Amino acid sequence: MLQHHFFNMGQQLEASVLGMWVFLVTEVMFFGGLFMAYILYRSMYPDAWLAGSHELNEMLGGINTVVLIFSSLTMALAVRAAQVGSWMGQVVNLILTIIFGTIFLVVKYFEYAAKFEHHLVPGPYFDPARDPAQQLYFSLYFMMTGIHALHMVVGIVLMLIILRMAWKGRFSAEYYGPVEVSGLYWHFVDIVWIFLFPLLYLIGKHH
Amino acid sequence: MTHAGNNSGSYLDAPHGIASWLLTKDHKRIAILYLISITVFFMIGGLFAAGIRAELLTPAGDLFTADLYNKVFTLHGVVMIFFFLIPSIPATLGNFLVPIMCGAKDLAFPRINLLSWYLYLIGAMLTLGAVFMGGVDTGWTFYTPYSSMASNTNVTLAALGVFIAGFSSILTGFNFIVTVHRMRAPGLTWFRMPLFLWAMYATSLVMILGTPVVAITILLVGAERALGFAIFDPRVGGDPVLFQHLFWFYSHPAVYIMILPGMGVISELVAAVSRKQIFGYSVVAYSSLAIAIIGFLVWGHHMFVSSQSIYAGLVFSIITMIVAVPSAVKTFNWAATMYKGSITWESPTYWVIGFIGLFLVGGLTGLFLGAMGLDVHLHDTYFVVAHFHYIMVGGGVMGFLGGIHFWWPKMTGRTYPETAGKIAAILVFVGFNLTFFPQFVVGYLGMPRRYHAYPEEFQILNVMSTGGATVLGIGYLLIVTYLVASLFKPRNASANPWGATGLEWDIPSPPITLNFETEPIVTEDAYNYIGRAQKAREN
Amino acid sequence: MQSSFPLFPEAASSIASDVDLLYFFILAVSSFFAILVSAAVVYFAIKYRRRHPDEVGHDIHGSIVLELVWTVIPFVLAMVMFFWGADLYFRLARPPADSMEVFVVGKQWMWKVQHPEGVREINELHVPINRNVRITLGSEDVLHDYYIPAFRVKMDAVPGKLTTMWFKATKAGTYHIFCAEYCGTQHSGMIGQVIAMEEHDYEAWLAGGRTTGTAVENGERLFTQLACITCHKTDTSGRGPLLAGVFGSTVQLMDGRKVVADENYLRESIMNPQAKIVLGYQPIMPTFQGTVSEENLLQLIAYIKTLKAPAAAPAAGAPAAAGQPGRQ
Repeated sequence: MLQHHFFNMGQQLEASVLGMWVFLVTEVMFFGGLFMAYILYRSMYPDAWLAGSHELNEMLGGINTVVLIFSSLTMALAVRAAQVGSWMGQVVNLILTIIFGTIFLVVKYFEYAAKFEHHLVPGPYFDPARDPAQQLYFSLYFMMTGIHALHMVVGIVLMLIILRMAWKGRFSAEYYGPVEVSGLYWHFVDIVWIFLFPLLYLIGKHH
Repeated sequence: MTHAGNNSGSYLDAPHGIASWLLTKDHKRIAILYLISITVFFMIGGLFAAGIRAELLTPAGDLFTADLYNKVFTLHGVVMIFFFLIPSIPATLGNFLVPIMCGAKDLAFPRINLLSWYLYLIGAMLTLGAVFMGGVDTGWTFYTPYSSMASNTNVTLAALGVFIAGFSSILTGFNFIVTVHRMRAPGLTWFRMPLFLWAMYATSLVMILGTPVVAITILLVGAERALGFAIFDPRVGGDPVLFQHLFWFYSHPAVYIMILPGMGVISELVAAVSRKQIFGYSVVAYSSLAIAIIGFLVWGHHMFVSSQSIYAGLVFSIITMIVAVPSAVKTFNWAATMYKGSITWESPTYWVIGFIGLFLVGGLTGLFLGAMGLDVHLHDTYFVVAHFHYIMVGGGVMGFLGGIHFWWPKMTGRTYPETAGKIAAILVFVGFNLTFFPQFVVGYLGMPRRYHAYPEEFQILNVMSTGGATVLGIGYLLIVTYLVASLFKPRNASANPWGATGLEWDIPSPPITLNFETEPIVTEDAYNYIGRAQKAREN
Repeated sequence: MQSSFPLFPEAASSIASDVDLLYFFILAVSSFFAILVSAAVVYFAIKYRRRHPDEVGHDIHGSIVLELVWTVIPFVLAMVMFFWGADLYFRLARPPADSMEVFVVGKQWMWKVQHPEGVREINELHVPINRNVRITLGSEDVLHDYYIPAFRVKMDAVPGKLTTMWFKATKAGTYHIFCAEYCGTQHSGMIGQVIAMEEHDYEAWLAGGRTTGTAVENGERLFTQLACITCHKTDTSGRGPLLAGVFGSTVQLMDGRKVVADENYLRESIMNPQAKIVLGYQPIMPTFQGTVSEENLLQLIAYIKTLKAPAAAPAAGAPAAAGQPGRQ
């Protein structure tokens, strides 16, 4: 379990946890560029943002938010189960996490499909009757949620790998680094959604 | 101390064969893989540079068509910046030295380190693919809307290459940060670290914080081109200047990715060639961090005439002037380190002096560009071209070559002919100044950059520049020749040919695969030449 | 134009010698430090060269006093450069009120110029000396940059917005115009000449130029042709806001914001009318993106700028005559 270049297990765990945090900082900067574009254009075109937001289904978005919050809970439980060495706890919670993640993506698929139907995808087929600045809104909507969904896909693949390792009983109170580190990633992806949901779906909903 | 011929267990010998190299997780072997790759790309980029200088020999656009010329300078920029300068010192010397200087057996994540090299290669191949499919003509800056709407070249492919190569740089920075935080040997406190480690740490911060932003920016341009999205498109109200903000948010700090490592190398070299504790160690260390952090707040100085708010310009200008200070402080400290040193006249000294000279000019000419009213005249002229070449080639490449000459015996176990090393340093220094100094003059005269043809009154200065480039090219070729030739000679380097301090000089040349037989324990400050000399006398 | 091997550009505008002065100041400071440090490094390398192989340097670790000295002095000098440069920049960024106006549109790969009197030229710009000239810059396609080295002025032409620059030529002569922002294949062919002339020569040149009406007249014609007039009537009965006196006024928008109606506001309102809706009006105006070229747009703006606000009574009950274009 101890890789050749570490001097002890503690150093190995610390390194991998710090590594994930550094990676997440990178991710924050990556999404940060999109948020900058969002802030600038929203302040330039508040009406287009309002109109664009009205086209999103806040019901489906809300369901997905709840789904992801639950997946974060099961993820946290899976990490806990690994730390206390519960095989059953790990396997059940990891499977639940994967299921929640998949539900999220399925819902997202239906949302995307509706956007195609309503000519809300930016480009030559964008509804010409709409204010062209809404193309900016929908371009950012697709980039932000698309990249987020891609992160979800990566997260699910990661969870499948962790599940396989957990199934084989690889984790214990002494060695649970991979579960903890992938858990950090999963929580991060959830948190990104917690920002995306109000910013994209709930504009003007307080009126 | 282990001497030549007495270390068959070295990392170069332990398993042979192509696969053992291509699948290696050894940071030293990955450093060599990177060294070979970036040398190839330096030559490709150099070839494009030669094309540029040949075209500019005459005022008329007679050698290439305008279209071809635009592709040549674009590829010169893309190749040199993304595939040579950014990985140059970090991925080669950094990869080799960071774990050793930390007293570790490897970087924290050896597999990710190898992945980084493969990502670099994939990115490089995609970009080369774009070259073979007809080239790209947007300039390395990919400014919209030219890149997203007007250009009909392979922008998407080249941008994808740069995007992927960006991740290789992120992974390198990520590995270094974790290694420096978590893998330092017992006793190696932050303020005992060699300054090269400080510089690599600061560089890594820029890599992990800046690179993702340019990655998403380039992705957005790709989405505009490939999917018809509208992000920067002025026809629907998008703002092309937003692209510039996002681009320079990374690409200005990226300049520090290219120069901070060079500063780190020079800090090591100055101490070693003077056999003296670096003057103001902690000031030099902190100034690296200051440059890395403040460097994130100056990007708008590329946009003084872009229609950015004049008040924003004011803020960017004052911070730009402030970031000049830590660089100046570093330079003064290097000079002061040499005061009452014991200075050798071996080849590394030539590179140190060359670096300081060129970096001074590069840094000081930055002041002209930071002063807004003057930048209006100088923006996008050859003055800018000369300035950033003084920084990135005068600073970055001189630092890189100085480092290569200094650590070559450690990396390969071989020495190179000293005289050739000195001649090369002089050729590069003279050739470089001949090439780029006239460009300051022609820039102030008003010659814009990226011009395929130019008015006749600029010709003499351009001829001087091309003449200098020839000398510079000969200098570089000489270096490649004697370094490659040295590989065919038996290993003759001692463990510590320069009599320098540092963990890397306490282990054999070349080092063994896991660097250290036993975990080293550090009990002294960096550059403790006096202490070591006393100990030697006592023995 | 110039000798065949110039080392310094001509200074032919009111600001040029001020820019050069700052240049020489920074040059002097830089040269001083470059020579000081280089000389010190070379001197130390020779003076303290290694005499025998085991020699080491002196035991010197640093000096707080020195560090402070060489932090504070460069900082102070840098601040001097900053304030000096900022002062120049603000002068360059703010055209004097009495400037004559010229419209320039960049297009791959040419510069199209319209004088207010209606004379047009391509890749050339005739200006009188000793008069402030304000250039309003637009772009038809990609980024360009209008650069006149002899005047030390430069400004990007940004698609989707209008930018301005100004100068006062002081020496009659012919000077380069370069496109300084890379714009594609013929970027280096996007060059031209400024011809700075004595006032009476300029008047003669203007008189000899062929025109198809002044910029304002062309704008007025477009205003009718494009049927702007059907909604933007000369009184408040139209479906669109009254345009008389709008330029330079503060406009109350539907979403609560207030904006100053400058050239960029007028431009956006024509090209992307949904972006800012004036309070009390419906978002019914179609976009003129693709219908109106940048040149026509500048004419329309020139015309709208001449529409003077009714003498006293604001908005309601404006006298019919108020909508008539006044000529400047």
